[in-house]
Amino acid sequence: MPGQGLAFDVAHMLAGGMVTVSFMLLFQDRLFALIQFISLHALVLAMALAWQAYIQTAEHLYAAAALALMVKAVLIPVVLHRLVRRLRIERTVEVVVGVGVTMLFGICLVALSVVVMLPVAAKSPLMWEDLSFALAVVLLGLLIMITRRNAVGQIIGFLSVDNGMTLAAAGARGMPFLIELSIAFSALVALIVFVVSLSHIYKRFESADVQALDRFRGDTP
Amino acid sequence: MFLPFVLCLVPFLFAAGLLVTPVASRSWASFALYGVCLGVTCLLLAVGVLGLAAAGEGAPPQLMRLPLGLPGAGVGFRLDSLSAFFLIVVNFAASAASLFAIGYGRHEHAPGRVLPFYPVFLAGMNLVVVANDAYSFLFSWELMSVASWFLVIAHHRERENRRAGYVYLIMAAISTQALLITFGLLSDFGRVLDFEAIRTSPHAVDIARLAVLAAVIGTGAKAGLVPLHVWLPLAHPAAPSHVSGLMSGIMTKVAIYGLVRIVFDLLGPPEWTWGAGILFLGGITAVVGVLYALMQHDLKRLLAYHTVENIGIIAIGLGLALAFRANGFALGAALALTAALFHVLNHSLFKSLLFFGAGAVLTATGERDLERLGGLIRGMPVTAFCFLVGSAAISALPPLNGFVSEWLALQAILISPELPQWILKFLVPMVGAGLALSAALAAACFVKAFGIAFLGRARTVAAERAVETDRTSQAAMLILVAACVLAGLFPGMVVDALAPVVTMLVGSHLPVQSSNPWLTLVASTPERSSYNGLVLMVFIALSALLPALGIYGLASRKLRRAGAWDCGYPETSSATQYTAASFAQPIRRVFASVVFSASEQIDMPLPGDARPARLTLGMKDPVWTVLYRPLVETVNAAAAVVGRARTLSIRQHLSLVYAVLILLLVVLALWQ
Amino acid sequence: MIQYLLLQGFQMMLVLAVAPLLIGIVRKVKSRLLCRIGPSVFQPYRDLIRLARKDVVVAHNASWLFLVTPYIVFSAIWVAAALVPTYALGLIFSWSADIIVIVGLLALARFFQALAGLDVGTAFGGIGTSREMMIASLAEPAMLMIVFTLSLLAQSTQLSSIAHYMMTVDVGLRVSCGLALLGLVMVAIAENGRIPVDNPATHLELTMVHEAMILEYSGRHLALIELAAALKLTLYLSMLVCVFLPWGMALNGAGTLTLVIGVGVYLSKMAAGGTALALLEVTVAKMRVFRVVDFLNFALMLGLLAALLLFVSRSI
Repeated sequence: MPGQGLAFDVAHMLAGGMVTVSFMLLFQDRLFALIQFISLHALVLAMALAWQAYIQTAEHLYAAAALALMVKAVLIPVVLHRLVRRLRIERTVEVVVGVGVTMLFGICLVALSVVVMLPVAAKSPLMWEDLSFALAVVLLGLLIMITRRNAVGQIIGFLSVDNGMTLAAAGARGMPFLIELSIAFSALVALIVFVVSLSHIYKRFESADVQALDRFRGDTP
Repeated sequence: MFLPFVLCLVPFLFAAGLLVTPVASRSWASFALYGVCLGVTCLLLAVGVLGLAAAGEGAPPQLMRLPLGLPGAGVGFRLDSLSAFFLIVVNFAASAASLFAIGYGRHEHAPGRVLPFYPVFLAGMNLVVVANDAYSFLFSWELMSVASWFLVIAHHRERENRRAGYVYLIMAAISTQALLITFGLLSDFGRVLDFEAIRTSPHAVDIARLAVLAAVIGTGAKAGLVPLHVWLPLAHPAAPSHVSGLMSGIMTKVAIYGLVRIVFDLLGPPEWTWGAGILFLGGITAVVGVLYALMQHDLKRLLAYHTVENIGIIAIGLGLALAFRANGFALGAALALTAALFHVLNHSLFKSLLFFGAGAVLTATGERDLERLGGLIRGMPVTAFCFLVGSAAISALPPLNGFVSEWLALQAILISPELPQWILKFLVPMVGAGLALSAALAAACFVKAFGIAFLGRARTVAAERAVETDRTSQAAMLILVAACVLAGLFPGMVVDALAPVVTMLVGSHLPVQSSNPWLTLVASTPERSSYNGLVLMVFIALSALLPALGIYGLASRKLRRAGAWDCGYPETSSATQYTAASFAQPIRRVFASVVFSASEQIDMPLPGDARPARLTLGMKDPVWTVLYRPLVETVNAAAAVVGRARTLSIRQHLSLVYAVLILLLVVLALWQ
Repeated sequence: MIQYLLLQGFQMMLVLAVAPLLIGIVRKVKSRLLCRIGPSVFQPYRDLIRLARKDVVVAHNASWLFLVTPYIVFSAIWVAAALVPTYALGLIFSWSADIIVIVGLLALARFFQALAGLDVGTAFGGIGTSREMMIASLAEPAMLMIVFTLSLLAQSTQLSSIAHYMMTVDVGLRVSCGLALLGLVMVAIAENGRIPVDNPATHLELTMVHEAMILEYSGRHLALIELAAALKLTLYLSMLVCVFLPWGMALNGAGTLTLVIGVGVYLSKMAAGGTALALLEVTVAKMRVFRVVDFLNFALMLGLLAALLLFVSRSI
């Protein structure tokens, strides 16, 4: 068991690293770059989980880390990569609202999540830090989802939301392994749903742009 | 006793204004009037300096009461360190403006519309800073507003100026109304008008909050805080240039004086929320003001928008000072307030200087549009030099004065993490980034203004034939240049001079600077940060001299003139140069597409088509479209409803009045 | 007293002597990485001497501002570079300027350089100037945010104090430090006009910035401006190593041996930094000019994020 200072420092660095990678995701406009960064995101997550397992001496977290590494850092990116190749949409350039504005908003979200978690700080500063970073990652993931028009971009956003939740779960001591497992599993299910529906969308509309769906909502005359 | 001098000198200004009216069109009138104004403002400046020095030695504030104004109450005046400092700021720039106008005023084609109001304007500003009760404060404030309004519409034949006058009148009215409300709240609904009484009486929390809000609106509308700035870029350029300099350089400072007097002095201990609010407004104002300025290519309007930016910087300092003071950090409050007051002084110097430069350009070429100038550095070398120094100073470049106040403001921002409130912790770094952004954009803007107007090749015949302005105008500008340089090289002296003011307002001051070795400026402790403009200046001079001597002595000193590099396509038209609009294009694309929803439309004819290509720029002012237009539309709609009442018969009119009377009685009944 | 002045003077001469060598090293390493032999690392010195000996050719309509600008630019940047700690901390004039003043001096140099670009009235000067000012307007806030982070950590804006803090106090593995480092590297790349922001090796490319601005300069003027550009690169590299790799610098009042070691360590750090820059430059491609906006926006966000995260970890 390493000293409190180092334990905190490394946890802080890894969690902060996840927030940084989320920011990098925010301004990537090419699909391959997005996929590489979500892989990096998951890699940092796996490291954070492993570190938590080490300092909490909780073996089940090692399993969660390995799961994250295999599924989120390797499997999902590979699948997405092949999907993009297959659909020949690799040259799609995302239309983002405006990088400066989006990032400024992102910074505000981080500030917000730090302040929202303030009540926790009184109980356990370490947990405050962990939870506020995790909440920031979740909020940034949602921001990615709403600023993207492309379905692949939205999948990436969803995955980073999921990563943020896993981070939060790892930091909160005593979270049953079952819950973590189910979170990871849900990500997998979601991926399958996404991939299947994306293929269908693409086959039907010749585009991965979800705005193409708007015309078929049925509520417009 | 210096206060009686002020009160004796001010009537001279009124008398000068009155006496010059019948003879305004004579050729000697302008010379005589500006000469008198120069003399009086110099004396007032001396009074201010002596008053501040006396306050520095611990002299108590001087009070006086004259049996004028409201019957029974009289009007009170007071000269304390804050008033003395603002007397210096007002009268230094005013004397420079009067000196400038001795030469510049000869070109005025309607002297009868300028001369009588100029001294009254000066008198109004001087009276505001020594007023000591709500009545005399508001009276002098209105005097200042009305006199400046007459100066704005001096050239009323131009349509644009009439509109400027109209908008200015409305905003001035709003400003006074808001101040009236402030004093109404503070004076316990008119029971105590005297500032001494207001200062000592306690204020309920809600009343104080409302009063601060009204004071920010009232003084902010005069100073040009966003979103109350709309009149400023219209009105300031409309006046003759020396008056523009006064309006931008010192009338806005008098408004800042009003804010400081009310919020720091009269209201007692502040709440941190006031500070946060003013800080936020200041940050927005600084960035938006400079962005507006970058989009302008009218030289005087560009300068006016920069005034908005600088008011934002001052507001940042004031807001920080309030936040620190509310949390009991005396040193932080002193640092932030010193930064703000230093910037007040600096801006009065370089903004007057720049407006005088713009005035000299205007008389030499008849042009305010940057796109029709160019190459003036050859015809007008002295003006160009002065404008260059002013541009460097306003762009916060060391070792000039603008840098010092910005440096102090940044130091104040850097100690803000000590503040306990989370909102402030997050707000202040953002405002700091905004401050740095506005400084960098200001540099870009003045590269544009100076580079397009004074450098390059002349774009019109008028610019080609421009000749240097007269000697007195040059002298006025050179005095201001010297002041900018001296305040930059010896900032410690200014900071020491500000110490009594800051002590009076926040109860603490910066460490005494005159005892520092090498005249270094130290913000809080030497380990934390220090700055020495003098040493830097010496270093820069030496390290420029060294290579110059080396190269001239050892290598080559030959110089050959040839044509500029043209890539093999000689093109002599001066239209091929970069223009103000093209210079601003990258910045417009980066920032203005978000803020002003700027759009470009390119109409490029096909080869063979003889039509000229066109680039159309579209821009929307968010403040007008979001805030003012709906307001104007609402007022118009309401006016249309009320207008219908004019066609009513007498009986209907009477019944309307009757209904209102009954309604009021019912309200009264319910109230009790 | 004399001794202290000598140490300061030595630092001034040291940065002046190192600057062209740094450029030489970057060029050499780049050439070798591209499988070329490349010029000797001392070639920049020869270039400067050659330029200084040539006649100056000035456009007919150039004003006095055009003629004095090289001296102002050079001296402002030289003074700034000499005030960044290199081999020792707490030199006698180190207090006359903190990191904000150094940024201000660089802004002064840029201001005059930009004006000189507009002076002759050619389109090249205009394009360079307007882009340079756009880049600067984004880089300066980013720089300030990094300064903010550093001063939150070290409670000071003096580079000497910051370096001393980084050397002596156990800072720990702070994300903020990493973010500030990354941000500062990005700002340094943009400010020095290196790839991927600008290409210092070409004169006729549509997206060029710095080289377009100085296109009209020749002879000794050009030599001064080139030397100033080299000094600016040295300055940023010195700043990076002084803040993030301060080890090996001599402390205030150290003996001769420590000072000599300090100089040796400084030189090897600069060589390593130059190699790293060359490596970076051959691995990335130059961006379109409006991508630079995103690049610098990201640097600004890194700075803001660093400051924010520091609040979190500071309050524990």
